[in-house]
Amino acid sequence: MRLLLEAIYEAYHYDFRQYAVASLKRRLAQALIRFDCRTLSALQEKVLHDEQVFPILLEYLTVQVSDLFRDPLYYLALRQHVLPTLATYPSLKLWVAGCSTGEEAYSLAIMLAEEGLLNRTLIYATDINSESLRKAQNGVYPLDRLRLFTLNHRESGGKGSLSDYYHASGQSAVMDPQLRNRITFADHSLATDSTFSEVHLISCRNVLIYFNRELQDRAVGMFHEALVLRGFLGLGSKESLRFSAHAEGFVDYRPEEKIYRKAM
Amino acid sequence: MALDATYVGDRPIDVILIGGSAGVLEVLRVILAGLPHALKIPVVIVVHVPERSPALLPQVLQPATPLPLKFAEDKEPLAGGTIYVAPAGYHLLLETNRCFALSIDPPVLFSRPAIDVLFESAADAYAGRIMAMLLTGASADGARGLASIHAAGGVTVVQAPQTAEAATMPAAAIALFDPDFVLSPPDIAALGASLSPYPRSAAWTRRTRNDPN
Repeated sequence: MRLLLEAIYEAYHYDFRQYAVASLKRRLAQALIRFDCRTLSALQEKVLHDEQVFPILLEYLTVQVSDLFRDPLYYLALRQHVLPTLATYPSLKLWVAGCSTGEEAYSLAIMLAEEGLLNRTLIYATDINSESLRKAQNGVYPLDRLRLFTLNHRESGGKGSLSDYYHASGQSAVMDPQLRNRITFADHSLATDSTFSEVHLISCRNVLIYFNRELQDRAVGMFHEALVLRGFLGLGSKESLRFSAHAEGFVDYRPEEKIYRKAM
Repeated sequence: MALDATYVGDRPIDVILIGGSAGVLEVLRVILAGLPHALKIPVVIVVHVPERSPALLPQVLQPATPLPLKFAEDKEPLAGGTIYVAPAGYHLLLETNRCFALSIDPPVLFSRPAIDVLFESAADAYAGRIMAMLLTGASADGARGLASIHAAGGVTVVQAPQTAEAATMPAAAIALFDPDFVLSPPDIAALGASLSPYPRSAAWTRRTRNDPN
């Protein structure tokens, strides 16, 4: 597997060399079936010699399906305990690291709109998968997922109706362009790039679980550098900084919801 | 690592894995109650639970055993004598450095956590030094994973289908390969109770195998 990951890095500059091995192996096993390859070295041949292959392989290696307001209590905690502090800043910058197809960024934008903060906020939403970023930019989701999204939104303390923020078009829900205008979707790798802006809140959910500890440390170190003093970091509900080299750089803020604050 | 090895008969194991679904809580209580209180190796449990269900498993299972019992966390090193449970909504995997990893990859056979995901990652990370148990359940999840542990040289235990509230899961495993043990819950508990820090003769393992009682 190491050879394949080195080859991908050399040829395409995507760095999976420090991803958590167990999940990566499962995903590569699925890719072997998809590409009808018997071994990883056969897949390596294909990836290097057929340029149609890598974008599809990238989907196997990176794509996460999320929901609007996934884990409603996380958003409720942000709404009740983080936004009141953020509201004291004249302008706000948020970073959704590993935004996949945009659900988390739109959820934050909707919440900020409901709390009257969206017009002074800029959301950076980054990912390494350009196809995911394109989908995120379009902000179009299957209409049949909206029932769950609406339920989540209500549990997250949503003030209005979620339908105020999208319109139905055929079998799709198209997110309100006013939300999209406040979000900058951009290509950025937590494995190879560095910080690009000072931000007040970073939301990085269910991304670090796919990294090994060294890469987690790199990413969390970058978050620490990017955050303003006393800025906020939100992780996935089963992620923690407990095993991180940067644990002492943050203090628990809402431990139940995995929201941390940059230490003094 | 060898210092903390535990033996099933003459076979050394570093971890016990348990998977089950419908009707499994009662069986788990019986098995956990039978484990030696001085157990030196970790136990990892995957039970199918709905994604949005309240996180009650540790509370439900802890009364059955004096060993500490908790949800597994991402990157957490496995500690001997501790029982870990997979959290709802995540797959639980074992890494070669003997830490847990979580993932939100799609459900396998409609389940997340899936037993196959734990078992297959363990077969890879722990080679054959595993004892894995597949219990009652109404899906085929776990059968393939148990077969991979068998192929890696691990000890495989399947609940006898006629003793299972839902026989699909154990029957699926038995259809795939010939497990080391096919036992009723009390006999699985007795097997767990017999775990020893010292190897016993291979004859002991053979005698216990597929005990009809």
